[in-house]
Amino acid sequence: MVLAQRLGEWAGHAPVLEEEVALANIALDLLGQARVLLSLAGDEDELAFLREEREFRNLQLVEQANGDFAHTIARQLYFSVYQQLLYGELAAGDGPFAPLAAKAVKETAYHRDHAEQWTLRLGDGTDESRRRVQAGLAALWKFTGEMFRPVEGLDLDAEAMAALEARWLAAVTAVVEKAGLTLPEGPRTGAWTAGAGRQGLHTEPFGRMLAEMQHLHRSHPGASW
Amino acid sequence: MVAVTPETGQDRALADAFEAAVAADERVEPRDWMPEEYRASLVRQMAQHAHSEIIGMQPEANWITRAPSLRRKAILMAKVQDEAGHGLYLYSAAETLGTSRDELLDKLHAGRQKYSSIFNYPTLTWADVGAIGWLVDGAAITNQVPLCRTSYGPYARAMVRICKEESFHQRQGYELLLALSQGTEAQHAMAQDAVDRWWWPSLMMFGPPDDESAHSAQSMAWRIKRHSNDELRQRFVDIAVPQAETLGLTLPDPDIKWNEERGHYDFGAIDWAEFWDVLKGNGPCNEQRLSQRRRAHEEGAWVREAAAAHAEKQAQAHVQHEEARV
Repeated sequence: MVLAQRLGEWAGHAPVLEEEVALANIALDLLGQARVLLSLAGDEDELAFLREEREFRNLQLVEQANGDFAHTIARQLYFSVYQQLLYGELAAGDGPFAPLAAKAVKETAYHRDHAEQWTLRLGDGTDESRRRVQAGLAALWKFTGEMFRPVEGLDLDAEAMAALEARWLAAVTAVVEKAGLTLPEGPRTGAWTAGAGRQGLHTEPFGRMLAEMQHLHRSHPGASW
Repeated sequence: MVAVTPETGQDRALADAFEAAVAADERVEPRDWMPEEYRASLVRQMAQHAHSEIIGMQPEANWITRAPSLRRKAILMAKVQDEAGHGLYLYSAAETLGTSRDELLDKLHAGRQKYSSIFNYPTLTWADVGAIGWLVDGAAITNQVPLCRTSYGPYARAMVRICKEESFHQRQGYELLLALSQGTEAQHAMAQDAVDRWWWPSLMMFGPPDDESAHSAQSMAWRIKRHSNDELRQRFVDIAVPQAETLGLTLPDPDIKWNEERGHYDFGAIDWAEFWDVLKGNGPCNEQRLSQRRRAHEEGAWVREAAAAHAEKQAQAHVQHEEARV
């Protein structure tokens, strides 16, 4: 949901009309997935509009500001590869999320393809586009470790998570190298980023994003829309 | 008597055949001969239509991040996405007439081609999203349904697809306003305020009155347009008045009254001075809309250049690969 909100900010600002369509399309898919997940946990609007910042459990990666198009694409690359691998595994299993994952895995395959194609185009485009996409990949690198960290209160198979992480790293490395880019160096987790979003500890831009998102809903307590 | 050269004689024959085909309601297709004025008139109208779709994304996109429920957010995102899609169809249809999307966008950015005056009004509250759906899309549909039978084939076919989606958007806007109107007192007031602000600008969407419409007569003769501005405006008022009653909202016009004799609703005078002023660039958001569009285009230039450079490299690699095989 948080990433859908971020992508929604692109509407009317994209570099070409085709990307207006594509970014809105991805945002809509993500919002659809979020609505199913939130409904499983309770009332979707109560959960989206009435929780405080410290109660949100999203990854810090997805709350990061859009930046330029390359920054947005880097965020999409990291997240969509992760999501597609994760949904693939959930869809193959028989857990409670299998039906949701079966639908989402098709959507995320498209998101992943979109992000990979743009990483290639930008990496193998002009000097400026290569510089920008490299900068985007570097800036967001430190948020990628959180995707594979244990989540408090959830009984995750540590071995499966490590395997997922290895597959993610291999996939991202392959795209980055094919695009003539280099994998960022440095830690993928830090004291603050390691699983922090999962504990309700977010980065500064997130509060402002929520303020905008929740303002109207909170101004009319109990109203239906 | 003026001697007719063979060349003009041939043009005359082509023009006669064209007029006859149009009069018989045959579709004109891209490779058919057409008068230059017909081509220019269509490019102007289709470009303006395409520009309206993409500028029209802005007032609504203004509320995507603030939509009050996830359902409404999804509906609004889908709608704005559809509008970008409509822009794409219409630019493609215009390109069949020998122009290009880049050329048309340059003209828009330079202020040399227009977009619908309605999008120069601001969306100040959430209810404006509903008023745009109900009134603005309603007016657009009234204008556009006859265009599904317009004489130029690619335009008519684009309009068939567009009208289906537009009527869906209009129903959603109406339903949004109904929810507000039947909601809390504050929500009802928000809906009424939005309708008060969007009613007159929506009536202006049909263009100037028939006796002041520069292109109307020719467009109707060529069957680009099928009905006059005033006819369509009347049709819209006749549909909207009972809908407003069902919504439980009033229209900001004390002169609206059923006229038994005419079989239509009478309505008050439109402020044409405001219309011409907005058209000239002095509306509340003209500057803002155009500069956002220019900024998106300029800031996206490096992305388009990168895509072009990559495509070029791919093409060269392909050629080298082919040569190596030979």
